[in-house]
Formats: sequence, structure tokens, C-alpha cells
Amino acid sequence: MITRQDVEHVARLARLELGDAEIERMREQLNAILGYIDKLRELDVTNVEPTSHAVPLVNVMREDEVVPCLSQDQMLANAPDRVGELFRVPRIIED
Amino acid sequence: MSTLTKTGWDVVIGLEVHAQLLTRSKMFCGCPTAFGARPNSQTCPVCQGMPGVLPVVNRRAIEFGIKTALAFTCRINPACRFARKHYYYPDMPKNFQISQYEEPLAEDGALEIDVDGASRAIGIQRLHLEEDVGKLLHEGTLETAQASLVDYNRSGVPLMETVSRPDLRSPEEAAAYLRAFRAVLVYLGVCDGNMEEGSLRCDANVSLRPRGATELGTKVEIKNMNSFRNVKLALEFEVKRQRQALAAGERIVQETRLWDADRGYTRAMRSKEYAHDYRYFPEPDLVPLEIERAWVDAIRAALPELPRQRRERFVRQYGLPPYDAGVLTQSRALAEYYEAAVREFRQPKIVSNWIMSELLRELPGDDERAIERAPVPPANLAGLLRLIEDGTISGKIAKDVFQKMVGSGEDARTIVAREGLTQVADEGALAAVIDQVLAQNPKAVEDYKGGKTAAKGALVGQVMKATRGKANPAIVNRLLEEKLSKI
Repeated sequence: MITRQDVEHVARLARLELGDAEIERMREQLNAILGYIDKLRELDVTNVEPTSHAVPLVNVMREDEVVPCLSQDQMLANAPDRVGELFRVPRIIED
Repeated sequence: MSTLTKTGWDVVIGLEVHAQLLTRSKMFCGCPTAFGARPNSQTCPVCQGMPGVLPVVNRRAIEFGIKTALAFTCRINPACRFARKHYYYPDMPKNFQISQYEEPLAEDGALEIDVDGASRAIGIQRLHLEEDVGKLLHEGTLETAQASLVDYNRSGVPLMETVSRPDLRSPEEAAAYLRAFRAVLVYLGVCDGNMEEGSLRCDANVSLRPRGATELGTKVEIKNMNSFRNVKLALEFEVKRQRQALAAGERIVQETRLWDADRGYTRAMRSKEYAHDYRYFPEPDLVPLEIERAWVDAIRAALPELPRQRRERFVRQYGLPPYDAGVLTQSRALAEYYEAAVREFRQPKIVSNWIMSELLRELPGDDERAIERAPVPPANLAGLLRLIEDGTISGKIAKDVFQKMVGSGEDARTIVAREGLTQVADEGALAAVIDQVLAQNPKAVEDYKGGKTAAKGALVGQVMKATRGKANPAIVNRLLEEKLSKI
């Protein structure tokens, strides 16, 4: 069972600010999702290889070749704040 | 407690080393990896972590990982996967780092180190690949900064993390491990080993336990040690700090501490500076790797000679003392310098002596670039040694000539000719000087005849002085003896 505290913890890790009603809604939805996983557990998967990917592909690699980057201006264009050639981000350490 | 203070504590250290791989392009995109470019000029949507991009693995990074794993005799896992490691920090805009977790590239190896003349194998637990993160510049210090500036050029550069087992027993052993580790990487050509520029970075886990105990004590992680010297100093400080705390009956807190090189101490990081809830899961955008046996075999077959093998060969092939061989093989560049010089002047021990006493006085032997660009290239050192051998200059003058070669980059013959340093081997000329010295030093002559053989040394000194050090000492000695015996 997902508790209110679990939701608050996950929200904090994801940097999400949730109101009381949202926490309750998330709690219900997460429990519903986990409940469905319990349903899946009823399947017999003894002969099924565990997999992390849905596509039957392995070893997709590229050669070590440099391709043109985007320009500095393009890459900085979306920055909410910048100082010259650098991104500027708010204070990292919270009190 | 009293028995503990009497018997003392065992130090337990494990190192985590991050090495930037010398690929041309980044781990998951084609941006260049060159150091020192304008900030944010080597990025793209992939390495800046924009939504919807598709990372693709750099084959050479995997090859370099396999190469290193083989050098450390690790087991290469036939199947490996990438995973997302989640944390929020502005050095990584997508809020997770692509790393490896449950199925790393390689596991279970060892690196042999030498401390106090004995060699010991230090276990390597795992070796995996990941992407480097951006570089932060704080406006002021991390604690006081109201904002920080970010350069993402480094973001996505291939990084190889190698975790040792907690087998190291002293700060000296940790430094020896790091040196040996670096030498292997540099020999393999997978990393430039430059700690100052951050291409090789090291974190340490340190704990103490009562001497002889088998259970590990509470460990503290030390970060921010950016040179061999700082690794040793930081670990020495931390061992002392923990020893004093334990002796005072305090408990060690498991935490991450930062080494402050300017002030010479470690301080606890604020808890907000790190988080341990990484929520790893398989990276959905990268399919698994199945490392083929044939690929591994081909890489193994092409492995170059490693530092240890080269050192043993130097002892065998050139008859060098193990100490010399160790010094000369500390970097690939220095070993190559030595072998190039020996090819041109076939007296291995003499070449070794000159490199150890003269060249390494001028240049750091573990700095590949400095050795490669030595102002006295191997051929010029050999040329200088030939001038001593054929009697053109004395060994003493040769040391001065070497200094001048370092300063000007010229070869020995040019300097000797211009400055008239050729050794006087003309017996007639030397006999005249000796006659003059004997006439001017009747007291020394008398002493010598009276049995004070040391007086001869003073007379040789006078002859050398009169010839400004250029007289051939062997000839001076012989002529002087002949003349003294006739008086």
C-alpha cells in the first residue's frame, strides 16, 4: 500500500510540489497501478526471459566520429538565465 | 578500549577512480571531447539532456573499457546494460546520469602494486562506463553562492569508473595504487591521466577497525582530491581524524567529506550536496550490449606491453636494477625515451643513471607530455654520452653541458665546440701544466713524498683548476704519478 508519506517522498525526489488533494489523488492512482502489477503477477512467467527492453535488439553502437555540434548561441538560446557563455542556475544549497 | 589503544587500528581504504576516455567524440553523441574549448561550444541536444533525444553508444568507449578490464584481469560480462541514475543537480540537466548498475561491463580483477619493495594484488570489484557531467562554477563558494554557472562541454564525455576492493591498508598504498592504475591507463592509451585537468579523478572510502578484526568499520567517503599528493595528504588527515575520534570514544558517522587542499583538512559535505536515493532502472533508450567473445579476443591480442611487464623486461634485457627499471617505466613516454637513448648509446646503466639524475631533475617522469617534449631528446642525450666515452669531455663538464642543452635545446657537440669545453687530452700540454703546478706547490709535493698520499688529490685539483676542468682526469693522474715518482 502506498501511503501519503510515500507520495510525499517520491514527490520530493522528483521536485514536485503537490497540494493536499493532489497527494491524495496520486496515492489512489499509484495504488491502482501497483494493484495492476499484482494482477500481472498471477501470470506464469517461468519460461520467459526477463527483459528490460521491448525491442529485440542488442549492440546498437556508433563509430567514434565527431559530428558538428549545435552552435553555442543555439544551445544557450533556451537558457532562462545566462552570463556570457555560461548557463546561470539558482543557488544550489538550500538552507 | 584500553586494549584497543594499545593494539591500535587497521586502516581500510577502497578507491573509486573515474577516468575520462580518450575518444574523439562523446559517449552517446558525436560532440567532440577536446579539453579547453569555449564554454558550451561542444554540446548538442543529446549531451544537454533535452527531451526526446536518442543516445547511441560510442563503440570505441566500450573497446577502451574492455581493454582496461583485460589489463586488470577482470571478467568481461557477456551481457551488460546501461542504467539511469537519478539525482537533481544542475551539472546534469536531464536529472539522471546514464551509468551502469546491475550489469557492469566487467568485474573481479586485480592490480598489483609495490610498496616498500613488496608487491601486493589489490582487488578490483567492478569497472563500468558512464557519461561525465557538466562543470559548475560557483559565484563565491558552494555554500555562499547565490547562483552558479554551468559549462556543459564535459557533459557526456565517456567516463570509466573502476572500484577497488577495500584492500588498501595505508595512504601510501592508496597512492601506490593510484600511480599504478594511472600508468596502466596511460600505457593502454585510453586516458591521458591528467589529474589537474580532471581526466583522472579519485574518491576514497576510508574506515578504521580494531587491529586484526575482520568486520569493516563505518566508512567515510572522501571527495575532491585532485593530485597524487592530495590523495595522500587527504587520506593521512582522515585516518588521523578517525583515529582520534575513536580514541576519544566517539562514533564515526557515515558521511561524505570534501578535502580542502588549501586548508589541509576534510569537512563534512552538507547533506543537500548529495543524495543516495538514485532510483536506478535500465536505460530504456539504450538496448543491451552482448559483448562478443571474438571482439574481446581481438582486443586482448592487441594489448600493449603494460608497465609491470616492461619493468621486468628492462631488468632482464638491460640488466638494470629493479629500482632503475621502476623509475624508467613510470610512464610510457619515459620508458620510450630510455629505449630510444639506449638504441643510440648501448650502455644501459649509464643511460639510466643520466636519465634518473639529470633528466628527471628537470622534468617530472610521470608527465607524458613533458617527457615527449623534452628539450633534450633521446638522440641528444646519447650524443652527449658519446662525447664522454670518446674522451672529448669529462663527466663533470658533461653535466654542465646537459644543463645548457636543457636551456637551449641544442645538441652537445654544438655547445662543446662553441664554448671550447673539449677535454685536454694532449699529453704534452698537460705535462707542461703539471710541471707548473708541481713548481708552485712544493709543500704538497713534500707531503706526498712524506707518505701523505692524499696530497696527490690536491695536486690533481690544481691541474683541473688550471685547465678549467677540461683536463682528462685519467691522463692527469698517470702523468702526475710518473712525475712524482721521479722527484
